[in-house]
Amino acid sequence: MRDIAIVAFAQSDHLRRTDECSEVEMVMPVLHSVLAQTGLKTSDIGFTCSGSSDYLAGRAFSFTMTLDGVGAWPPISESHVEMDGAWALYEAWVKLLTGEADTALVYSYGKSSPGSVRDVLTRQLDPYYVAPLWPDSVALAALQAQALIDAGETDEPALAGVAARSRGDAADNPHAQLPGARPQGDYLVQPLRTGDCPPIGDGAAAVVLVAGDRARDLCERPAWIRGMDHRIEAHSLGVRDLTDSPSARLAAERAGAFERPVDTAELHAPFTSQEVVLRKALRLGDDVRVNPSGGALAANPVMAAGLIRLGEAAARIQRGESDRALAHATSGPCLQQNLVAVLEGEAQ
Amino acid sequence: MSNQPANNRGATGKEPVAVVGIGQTHHVAARHDVSIAGLVREAAARALNDAELTWADIDAVVIGKAPDFFEGVMMPELYLADALGAVGKPMMRVHTAGSVGGSTTLVASNLIASRVHRTVLTLAFEKQSESNAMWGLSLPVPFQQPLLAGAGGFFAPHVRAYMRRAGAPDTVGSLVAYKDRRNALKNPYAHLHEKDITLEKVQASPMLWDPVRYSETCPSSDGACAMVLTDRTGAARSPRPPAWMHGGAMRSEPTLFAGKDFVSPQAGKDCAADVYRQAGITDPRREIDAVEMYVPFSWYEPMWLENLGFADEGEGWKLTESGATELDGDLPVNPSGGVLSTNPIGASGMIRFAEAALQVRGAAGEHQVDGARKALGHAYGGGSQFFSMWLVGSEPPTG
Amino acid sequence: MTAAPSPEVLRAPLVVEFPFTRSLGPVQSAFLTGLRERTVLGVRTGDGTILVPPVEYDPVTADEIRDLVEVAPTGTVTTWAWNASPRRGQPLTTPFAWVLVKLDGADTALLHVLDAPGPDAVHSGQRVRIRWAAERTGAITDIACFEPYESESESEGAGGTAAPAHSGLFDDLVTGITAPARLDYVYSPGRAQTDYINALADRKTVGERCPSCAKVYVPPRGACPTCGVATTDRVEVGPAGTLTTYCIVNIKARGLDIEVPYVYGHIALDGAGLALHGRIGGIPYDQVRMGLRVEPVWTEGARFPDHYRPTGEPDADYDTYKELI
Repeated sequence: MRDIAIVAFAQSDHLRRTDECSEVEMVMPVLHSVLAQTGLKTSDIGFTCSGSSDYLAGRAFSFTMTLDGVGAWPPISESHVEMDGAWALYEAWVKLLTGEADTALVYSYGKSSPGSVRDVLTRQLDPYYVAPLWPDSVALAALQAQALIDAGETDEPALAGVAARSRGDAADNPHAQLPGARPQGDYLVQPLRTGDCPPIGDGAAAVVLVAGDRARDLCERPAWIRGMDHRIEAHSLGVRDLTDSPSARLAAERAGAFERPVDTAELHAPFTSQEVVLRKALRLGDDVRVNPSGGALAANPVMAAGLIRLGEAAARIQRGESDRALAHATSGPCLQQNLVAVLEGEAQ
Repeated sequence: MSNQPANNRGATGKEPVAVVGIGQTHHVAARHDVSIAGLVREAAARALNDAELTWADIDAVVIGKAPDFFEGVMMPELYLADALGAVGKPMMRVHTAGSVGGSTTLVASNLIASRVHRTVLTLAFEKQSESNAMWGLSLPVPFQQPLLAGAGGFFAPHVRAYMRRAGAPDTVGSLVAYKDRRNALKNPYAHLHEKDITLEKVQASPMLWDPVRYSETCPSSDGACAMVLTDRTGAARSPRPPAWMHGGAMRSEPTLFAGKDFVSPQAGKDCAADVYRQAGITDPRREIDAVEMYVPFSWYEPMWLENLGFADEGEGWKLTESGATELDGDLPVNPSGGVLSTNPIGASGMIRFAEAALQVRGAAGEHQVDGARKALGHAYGGGSQFFSMWLVGSEPPTG
Repeated sequence: MTAAPSPEVLRAPLVVEFPFTRSLGPVQSAFLTGLRERTVLGVRTGDGTILVPPVEYDPVTADEIRDLVEVAPTGTVTTWAWNASPRRGQPLTTPFAWVLVKLDGADTALLHVLDAPGPDAVHSGQRVRIRWAAERTGAITDIACFEPYESESESEGAGGTAAPAHSGLFDDLVTGITAPARLDYVYSPGRAQTDYINALADRKTVGERCPSCAKVYVPPRGACPTCGVATTDRVEVGPAGTLTTYCIVNIKARGLDIEVPYVYGHIALDGAGLALHGRIGGIPYDQVRMGLRVEPVWTEGARFPDHYRPTGEPDADYDTYKELI
């Protein structure tokens, strides 16, 4: 298998609202930043792939206008997934594995501010039996959290601890929407309090992938992708064991995550309770540094938050703060779909 | 079965990709008898049956469709995971506007070419009867000028620009519509089966968006299309002749830009050139035996004939007029009846890819092009900005 | 040419609303018709598991499953969450619990809501029963909610006995549902388009120039799509322009009150790098031609020109606009 690395990562500041920016106005500076880190130009990129959601934007074909920020002229080899950008990265990684391209630009973005994201996400659910009840994303996460509490896997103080640790770590993240610990607040949907839930906001992220030795030319310490896999579970919550994530575990196994210990994990767990599920499924011990960026609890631009986990893990390797990191992204209600990548830096 | 190592991971270069299963629904205006899951399942089950494989043989599922607003389900792959046997497997969702059916196929093919997976199910669908496509396409976005002309109003001015540029007589569009509707009569899955179609009827149909007549426009369909793609080992086990992928590419250019050529977009030319290069095609007119191109309005056939290099600039309409693109011509275009006869939007591109594969497998039934050995599948979307194409052959690629 | 100011950006509500028409297929049709008749159906998988609500395809094996069974309207809460602030569209308007309920006779749980006085009155393992909606149409909302139900043990009712087979046949089967869906957004077009729209209020068309390729974009979208850089310099274009291509619309578009036939054209305003779209008026439709010189016609209070009419100038030469079509 071809060696492919993340050589650059950029993200916007994540903000509650960005009315002054259209989507392309929000994305373009991030694209410029990620290319500037490598010195590459659009014309040097072999493949471009993005992730976003029309439902979040409230407009069909919303991604077509964001392509303006890329400068797709002369025409480029390009694709788009209606998924979190982590899956755009996966598509680009596969493209590079075929040998048809040596460099890839991956970006994703989401503006949750125009709509009510709790309601928008109800449209992801079974359209016959579930969506007509409008169960919002916090409610579904709360059902999962209660199942964990009932099973003795966690309790409210432990969840509060996850929240405090995440936002405390985010104090060092200049892009975070919620830097620094804050009160847990009232119940939003019991047992989840405001503090257990992600902030609602807008943001964008981009990474550059490069194959082979070229990665070493463009980056002092590339984050080599040692494996990547994703798996989906049944859709209905009522047929799943909400206290576990077999799809995350299987993806991790296929990505080679269990072959050697990781020192860092960036988990896409928008709710504190989901970190509990993922730590167990991914067999992350207390010695693993989880979400040093603050994770999705500090900034959760929907459709980009998963890609940001890959970017943050890679950036940590590039900075020499990690040698082997696990990055995770999720999609769907209560961790229905999960992606795991294993990133490594070469010996320092 | 091949004696080669089952998983040739040490090999350099790409793993060849074969199509061993193809399935589609009977496309109609409204499939009131099935759920969305039931619709996609029908196509997927036919593809698996064709390949004589079971759900357990599928390593991953790649699904595509046009905007989620068409069915009112956000990221419907989440809900469809169970119906498509994806539980415990990787599942991806592609969305590249009208080209999505083609792009989805190519994303799936890369999973095999890269040797990440062995056998992949790819599927695209649209169930337009759940809402109204024009509603989905013209949401009342504030501050924007409302669409003044409906779907045809977007395409018809480009057709007029083509006619002006190429000096084409206004009769050519009707010829294409008449041909495609007759071809559709030979395709049991096609949506429109106009048994009494005549050229006079096409020519007498109402002029909706002058220069585009009613009979020169595509229908709105419910439908799905699926393919099983596999590697050399999988192809060796195939009960029926596979179609082999000889080249595939996507190209995008911006939606609207100064200097954009809507009549013959550069992205289309570049995409075709890339596919021909991969497939070793130097004279597409001579070397390609059948073309399934995305023609939502009849005039796009002569336009794409030029864009894809089958005719010189300004000469595409002459090729159509000569009868070369008829089912018994020397360059049959849309033997299936094409988008003009069947348009489940998100699936339309994959149907083009699948019909091209059916031709080189010799499995196209009544609309089979005799002796077809190489066929092109073409899809496009957005503001004529996203292109995806593949070239398939009856023999494995060489080299 | 001036640098772009940063006025207050525009915002306006965007309501995305549609009554989706969903056909059900056989299993879902039987289940929802059953609810109308106060009968709860499940489906049996190949290994004997009873799935409620019944689905068409086995989530484990992907097999098509069609063997319907009847289960009880009573069951046990497997997990719950207290929702103190009901949201639009949710089944109850008073505070309630979201619950997953394993109905007696079923092996999987159904998502719905539980009417209870407060979170202290809800727990996992709690016995509940369906409260039927007074008016039932064949929809998941025929279950108004669950309510607490005092029972000695789960063996009461259908639980503990094998769920009996059910034909799934009812008189007047429900084969489809209408699923109204409304989402409310507040749309903001961003900086560049705000500038453009504000200028239109003064009946000026203002584009932006790309600092790299010098092309003028109208309307500006904040980025030069070929160079991928921000457009910044404001440039007023028009008011007159050239009709580069067009079609004659003979079919009334949904929701538009324009008499047919009319001409819908691409208009390259003088100084603009590409054409925008508009209606052509003030000339019989069959006399419209490519190259016609036109100017905007405004109506009071309109955000955009109502249409464009001939200026009376000689037609533009094809070579002057063929790149702007």
